[in-house]
Amino acid sequence: MAQQVTAGRRYLRAFVSGFFVAVPVTVTFLDRLAYVARVEGASMQPFLNPEGESKCDVVLLNRWSVRNYQVQRGDIVSVVSPRNPKQKIIKRVIGLEGDFIRTLGYKNRFVRIPDGHFWIEGDHHGHSLDSNSFGPVCSHNVLGDGCWLGVRRWLDPHVSMALGSRKQIRLKRLISRHYDV
Amino acid sequence: MLRRMLGKTLGFVGYTIQYGCIAHCAFEYIGEFVVCSGPSMEPTIVNHDVVFSERMSRHLCRIEKGDIVIAKSPFDPNMNICKRVIGMEGDKICTSAPSDLFKTHTYVPKGHVWLEGDNLKNSSDSRSYGPVPYALIRGRVCLKVINRNFSFFIFAKLDKPVWFKSLLHGFELWSSACA
Repeated sequence: MAQQVTAGRRYLRAFVSGFFVAVPVTVTFLDRLAYVARVEGASMQPFLNPEGESKCDVVLLNRWSVRNYQVQRGDIVSVVSPRNPKQKIIKRVIGLEGDFIRTLGYKNRFVRIPDGHFWIEGDHHGHSLDSNSFGPVCSHNVLGDGCWLGVRRWLDPHVSMALGSRKQIRLKRLISRHYDV
Repeated sequence: MLRRMLGKTLGFVGYTIQYGCIAHCAFEYIGEFVVCSGPSMEPTIVNHDVVFSERMSRHLCRIEKGDIVIAKSPFDPNMNICKRVIGMEGDKICTSAPSDLFKTHTYVPKGHVWLEGDNLKNSSDSRSYGPVPYALIRGRVCLKVINRNFSFFIFAKLDKPVWFKSLLHGFELWSSACA
């Protein structure tokens, strides 16, 4: 009887100590390093969620690389939507602060991106809620940099496994870049 | 000998990681102490004041009109600002100065808040850079440390301005009587 009590107490102690190790480490990992997200919607077609596929794409979002809020043109990033702070959207970065952009359907035809902001657009123009609707996005809203696609898409010959292939992206609407001197 | 040292080092690293993660969770989800600088929130918060900002309100989306919040600056993501929420999304804000003849109004767009400092003459806030997205808010300031020698902490609640003034006066009388 006494042995059962001590065994039960031992299990409880082990559970509590394991809990207080596992939960903070997992939460810190998901907040600071990387997390996996499912992409829903058609705004990044044909790159993500191409037509004809029944299941949604899964991406790995790298939070460590955006810890200083530095992104590159052509990156696929996940940001908090400026219209709805509970919603996360995944789009491509077209321009950084200081760049001049020719817009598609925004209230101004040409926009100079202010400091601390960047311009995002979905690949599927017309079916995308992006900077053409709500304007430049604050750098702090960025959540993660998309770096790897889920395993299911690796067999697709048109898609490279790593999402950071910026050379394939033609940024047609970038009029002039802002070079850091 | 070497194995023991390696074991000890790994144990030390493991403890560091564990306590670092616990600290991160505490600062991210419970609250943190912040040192405020600048005159834009006088007389509520003066230069070099230490305040405690709690994070749960922001994660649960319970920031309300009249709260003092710590937010990221829209133009420099490494800088923080401390202001009061004057309007939530959909509110009508008067943007003209009190001395103007014609009043101008603006509506706060969806997903944004309007921030203003208490010291209107010396504050750069939403009147200059427009409404701030809700996602930039880091936390809500709820307590201010008013004891200067820090041998023990005396806090004043910063929820409503009227209550705060009488509470602050009471605490100052008490702490000067104790000192």
